[in-house]
Amino acid sequence: MEKEQLNGLNAIELKGINKSFGSVVANKNIDLTVRKGEILALLGENGSGKTTLMNMLSGIYRPDSGSVFVYGQEVHIYTPQDALNLGIGMIHQHYKLVDNLSAAENIVLGTKTKKQSMSQLAKNIEQLSLHFGLNIDPNKKIYDMSVSEKQTVEIVKVLYRGAKILVLDEPTAVLTPQESKKLFAIITKMKEEGNSIIIITHKLNEVMEVSDRVSVLRKGECVATVETKKSSAEQLTELMVGRAVDLSIERPETFKSDPVLEIVRLGVRNDEGVEMLKDVNFDLRSGEILGVAGVAGSGQKELCEALAGLQKVEKGAILYYKENIVGRTPDEIIRLGISMSFVPEDRLGMGLVASMGMTDNMLLKTYKQSRGGFVKRSPARLKAKALIERLDIITPGTETPVSKLSGGNVQKVLLGREIESQPNVLITAYPVRGLDINSAYTIYDLLNEQKMKGVAILFIGEDLDVLLELCDRIMVLYDGQVQDILQADQVTKEQIGLLMTGQKPRELKEVR
Amino acid sequence: MLKSRRIKGEPLFKIQRIEEESPTKSFIVRVLAVLAALTAGGFFLSLLGHNPLVIYQAMFKGSFGSVMSTQGTVKIVVPLVINALAVSLAFKMRFWNIGTEGQMIVGAIAASYFALFKGNWPHFLLISTMALVSIIAGGLYGLIPAYFKARFSTNETLLTLMANYIALYAVQYLKEGPWKDPGAKGFPQIARFAQNARLSMPLGVHFGWIIALLAVPLVYIYLRYSKQGYEIAVVGESEKTATYAGMSVPKVIMRTMFLSGGLAGLAGMLQASGADRTLTDTVAGGVGFTAIIVAWLANLNPAAVLLVSFLFALLEKGGGYIQSMFKISASAADVLQGIILFFVLAFEFFLRYRIIINKKGD
Repeated sequence: MEKEQLNGLNAIELKGINKSFGSVVANKNIDLTVRKGEILALLGENGSGKTTLMNMLSGIYRPDSGSVFVYGQEVHIYTPQDALNLGIGMIHQHYKLVDNLSAAENIVLGTKTKKQSMSQLAKNIEQLSLHFGLNIDPNKKIYDMSVSEKQTVEIVKVLYRGAKILVLDEPTAVLTPQESKKLFAIITKMKEEGNSIIIITHKLNEVMEVSDRVSVLRKGECVATVETKKSSAEQLTELMVGRAVDLSIERPETFKSDPVLEIVRLGVRNDEGVEMLKDVNFDLRSGEILGVAGVAGSGQKELCEALAGLQKVEKGAILYYKENIVGRTPDEIIRLGISMSFVPEDRLGMGLVASMGMTDNMLLKTYKQSRGGFVKRSPARLKAKALIERLDIITPGTETPVSKLSGGNVQKVLLGREIESQPNVLITAYPVRGLDINSAYTIYDLLNEQKMKGVAILFIGEDLDVLLELCDRIMVLYDGQVQDILQADQVTKEQIGLLMTGQKPRELKEVR
Repeated sequence: MLKSRRIKGEPLFKIQRIEEESPTKSFIVRVLAVLAALTAGGFFLSLLGHNPLVIYQAMFKGSFGSVMSTQGTVKIVVPLVINALAVSLAFKMRFWNIGTEGQMIVGAIAASYFALFKGNWPHFLLISTMALVSIIAGGLYGLIPAYFKARFSTNETLLTLMANYIALYAVQYLKEGPWKDPGAKGFPQIARFAQNARLSMPLGVHFGWIIALLAVPLVYIYLRYSKQGYEIAVVGESEKTATYAGMSVPKVIMRTMFLSGGLAGLAGMLQASGADRTLTDTVAGGVGFTAIIVAWLANLNPAAVLLVSFLFALLEKGGGYIQSMFKISASAADVLQGIILFFVLAFEFFLRYRIIINKKGD
């Protein structure tokens, strides 16, 4: 009865939505519809306003103006509870779970249903998850869960609260290709049951694979809504960026010498005493890009920091031109010419000083080299100016705090400074994270340029497509161990995905 | 059917963070703050039956009206400026040193030892020694919390605060015990310093004002242009970045705190030898805490520290003056100071946040 009444109506209709934060316009006059029983992809570059728009739908922000219709009724959503009452559930990029509670406890947390026994609750949850093909252990604690398990809990959580409209914010960012496939199967099943799903993403292949329609946001405006089938990756990119973009990444051939860096049986424990790297062996040659693939937290951070002398090494050796650098201070390692451009999740947390301008950031690793007790700013200012020219960095000036620059420009400042020091080894972790397509390709070009100069590059990446195209070899980390090191042109994304989840290379061969 | 929910009770206003306010607007807000403070204080004074304009005029006259009153004001400014500079050094590194009070006292104790027991040394040698030991003592006293922070990441706020009381009680112990003046007829106090141990008085105020005036540009240059100052800024922003850049974070923390404590210690020596001419347990008398407010209001900028210190001294000196002139009780004068200070501090809110009134209706 209810269903019939709802038929023919759009699940969600947004009309003329505006939202600004101070002087920044995040959403400008956005119209958007989501039909019943469809998957709508919300595509756009970082900072195009996708998440802001969805946060208004889920009651985290309120629009400055515009109207929201849910199943044909105009509504005002002021709190996440309002959104849930309307059947809208959002799964945020950063999960909102209580670590030391179980899955079941997290799922009921904050609901106002009648008290029920834990076993009854567990049964209900299992029934619900089974229905959608979700696999979940209600009694497992969140801290024992993998990223994909946590995501499943988030999904069950909103379903349990009766959500019929699901918003997923970058759901595959932390998943392996296999886990992503599974997630897509689940949301397809939900769609078939008449639910509506909005998936926020900037990955084109996912859009093509799973969505029915695509709405493209650019600079806070909805520039187009198209049927996925009638579109193409090229067309979508053009809509997203605003002009045609060549999506292929070069992999220039270079002469590869003897190893510059040899890592022998490296073992590292973190501050809590957990073994983060176990018996890691590999080498790095000049003129090559060695990619590192792995699920987040597989030891990438520890590897980078160990190489730069920031992390205490427990076992093994790091040989730089046959000389062991384990136990050297970062200062000594910098002077050896091992330049590390490490970009952690919070970009300005380590490589740059957020409140300082470009000039002062140029000085960060070299200020000690000048004589006397005073900092020599004028050469650094010249260097900053040269960098602005060469890398097209957009900034009001050399003294503007780098925190005011866009993500892409911050990245250029960081990488530019490292390259300026003419390193032999360049270690870069997630250098294109959060960047728009253009900036990302500038960074790839810069890395290739260094590679052709004979620099040995370690590239910690997350997008497997990029790793496969850019790198010469790919090393797969799993649980702090090297699974395998493969020639990038002789391996598929799926094979790497399997290695990332812990399957042994031998097993892989048998599968093949 | 799903029902739409309409919530009527939207809040009347919302508060938004401002990234950075333009210098002109900051200036206007600060002027408005002072005006609002004076208006509110005026209400209070009217309630007491006084004409606020007369009182304010008197406060100004009491602090800058004559050579003597100006000298008195400068005497208040000296320890305030030096302590606020000490606070700025540490705060720039985001090391919350709220212990300059204690570091000042320890510096005064060390200097007093020489003043009391080596009073026969030649004046110049004695004063130089006193200055040197006060810096070292204050510095070492500041080094203790720095060491524990660098080594065991203890909470420096707690440690520096507690250290204040240790220093304070140490003076009381000395006053009633080993350093008790036998000539004071059993009254617990420390003897007055010998003439050699007293600071000279150029232009009628003890020598400390020259030190304070020199310290302002020195600290400014140190923070802005020296390598060590650069390291302080980087460590303050992010210890991870500092480590990444090859700096030794513990070394920077300890060195800076030695300097911060040393400056405060020197202020203690100047106060004891220049102003008090003896060691009392009020040698710091809360200056270390006022200095924190001064440093914050000055935005850790040494030049602004000087200006703000004068404003504080005006409040204090003027407050004292109106007590005797208009028979306003000491506590009422304190309330007036409190009101004015409250408004000035509260207006800082408007530099960081903006209030947006929600329009009626949807």
